[in-house]
Amino acid sequence: MSDASEEAIVELVNVDKFFNENRVVKNLNMKIRKGEFLTMLGPSGCGKTTTLRMIAGFEEVTDGIIRIEGENVEEKEPYERNINTVFQNYALFPHLNVFDNIAFGLVEKRVKKDEIRARVTEMLAMVQLTGFEKRRPSQMSGGQKQRVAIARALVNRPRVLLLDEPLGALDMKLRKQMQIELKHLQKKLGITFVYVTHDQEEALTMSDRIAVMNAGVLEQIGTPEEIYEHPASKFVADFIGESNILEAYINSVNGNELTVFFESGSALAHAEGFIREEMAYVSIRPEKIKCSFEAMKGFNMKVIVKEHIYIGSLIRTVMEASNGQELKMNSFAGSALPEEGSEVYLYWDNGDAVVMHTTEEKLYNLIERIPEIGVVS
Amino acid sequence: MKRRFKETTAVITMVGPVVFWLCVFVLLPVLYVFIISFLKKGPIGGVIPEFTEKNYTGMFQILYARIFLRSAWTSLLVTVLCLLLGYPLAYIIARAGNRIKLVLVMLVMLPFWTNSLIRIYGWITILRTDGLINRLLTILGIIKEPFQLLYNDGAVMIGMVYTLFPFMVLPLYSSLEKLDHSLLEAASDLGGKPYRTFIRVTLPLTFPGIFAGIIQVFIPTMSYFFITDIMGGSKAMMIGNLINNQFITARNWPFGAALSIILILLTILLMRLYRKAGGKLEDMA
Repeated sequence: MSDASEEAIVELVNVDKFFNENRVVKNLNMKIRKGEFLTMLGPSGCGKTTTLRMIAGFEEVTDGIIRIEGENVEEKEPYERNINTVFQNYALFPHLNVFDNIAFGLVEKRVKKDEIRARVTEMLAMVQLTGFEKRRPSQMSGGQKQRVAIARALVNRPRVLLLDEPLGALDMKLRKQMQIELKHLQKKLGITFVYVTHDQEEALTMSDRIAVMNAGVLEQIGTPEEIYEHPASKFVADFIGESNILEAYINSVNGNELTVFFESGSALAHAEGFIREEMAYVSIRPEKIKCSFEAMKGFNMKVIVKEHIYIGSLIRTVMEASNGQELKMNSFAGSALPEEGSEVYLYWDNGDAVVMHTTEEKLYNLIERIPEIGVVS
Repeated sequence: MKRRFKETTAVITMVGPVVFWLCVFVLLPVLYVFIISFLKKGPIGGVIPEFTEKNYTGMFQILYARIFLRSAWTSLLVTVLCLLLGYPLAYIIARAGNRIKLVLVMLVMLPFWTNSLIRIYGWITILRTDGLINRLLTILGIIKEPFQLLYNDGAVMIGMVYTLFPFMVLPLYSSLEKLDHSLLEAASDLGGKPYRTFIRVTLPLTFPGIFAGIIQVFIPTMSYFFITDIMGGSKAMMIGNLINNQFITARNWPFGAALSIILILLTILLMRLYRKAGGKLEDMA
């Protein structure tokens, strides 16, 4: 733990934020490492932008501490933080041309004129806008404005660059292109990027680590692989990628091998730290589900095939479990698939199912809803 | 051809009433004044329909130059005072919460609904020798003899600033209100201290409001004759008083008309400057 705190460039300790009575950030603890590309991901209203604005200094923390390079920044105004932000709506100065927009921060720092010229020119080349010095923001496209906004922030060589949904207003194609450019820029400059988005695909593509937030709570922080393969909560499993999420009762535990019962059947799973008779959520990705006409050992989940949907290189099969829950399975186009209307049994590799702890009250009566429990015990 | 006809009809039906309204109530009266300004004056007011340019050439006299300069100087002072007092107020209103904002805007606009003459007489009861201020100061024992607060340039200035203040505050408020708050955050984010942000972002971006306010205060100040009459005791002379005198006392309508035309030209000149500086006419409201 001690080396982690040494390399943390931004550290949030028990941070709470209230807007009037509304608690929008709840006891947030997070360490942002030097030089990493960290994405705060979550649905709108989850507190990710507020958290970013607290780091920038636009919002005060209600409770808790934010440290930047080990220093408590509570008393520091935004202009004293040496951190720069790329705003969602770009926030370019409409009365200044591109050159003066980018030079704004350097002028405030009383950098010499020659150096300003050199650094702005260098920055323009980096964002591929050489020759646009005299343009006004109103004469530029969304993508160009975005580049100016990034250049305006980066020219100051900030310790941390904060980006608040910077690609939100761009069309799909430009977005993808800018994602890659931003990632390259970040690698090249080695500046810590803190990126806010609600687009999980964007987060998975660009980030070194992702912090998933929901309703003001940090649900999980980890690499894209960790988040995708081992979601820590039902919310994360649901929000990142697609998943089938089943309410489960842990019927038996044998080391790390679990037998889980659902309303619609039973299955095997591989997980640590669960005890018998615990309630949990089981998440299984559509691409990890398999089906056959006979029940596999340890699995007993009969479903009806409702329809096949072709989505490019994949085929999505929608199935209905015995309790009415809809389950999704993805297969490669061209795979042999059961006909619509037929009954099949589902199974998966034990390790592919993710079992997640929960304290949700709605699972308390699950035992009564599982028919098999009476039979087995 | 048919289509073009249709379009023309559409344009006429849409724009027609406005054009008509403007012609009858703006263009015709101005034209009337313009024509009169080139005619000879009648013996007891009115005009004789004979052409002369003397009404304009006759203006080039030290007496009138003095009045013009004096008017311009007073107007300038009034405008600067209104701006210095109005900008902070407009800023506060624009940054206030929605409910308070509404109340404050109402308070600024409220005087519009009372007759300005009555409001000026209100000031007289405050400023006169046995008025509110003098009595208060006497009772408190600060002064023995009452001050002469009325019938001087200071009184005229107070009356002008008071009357024209809303014309400054409203356009300022309107442009401050439109100012995108994220631009101020961006400036702060880039290391701009508050006063630097004000000078480099707020001030230039509210320039249209400033200019609109300046025009809307400067021009009327030159022509508001009744304030100078009532509070200046007819001693202080503005262009407005001069024009008023030509029509009422001197009975020289053509000269009054010529002076009016000059004032109108001045207004147009300022408006053009405003447009040239990038201001939009919508912001004037």
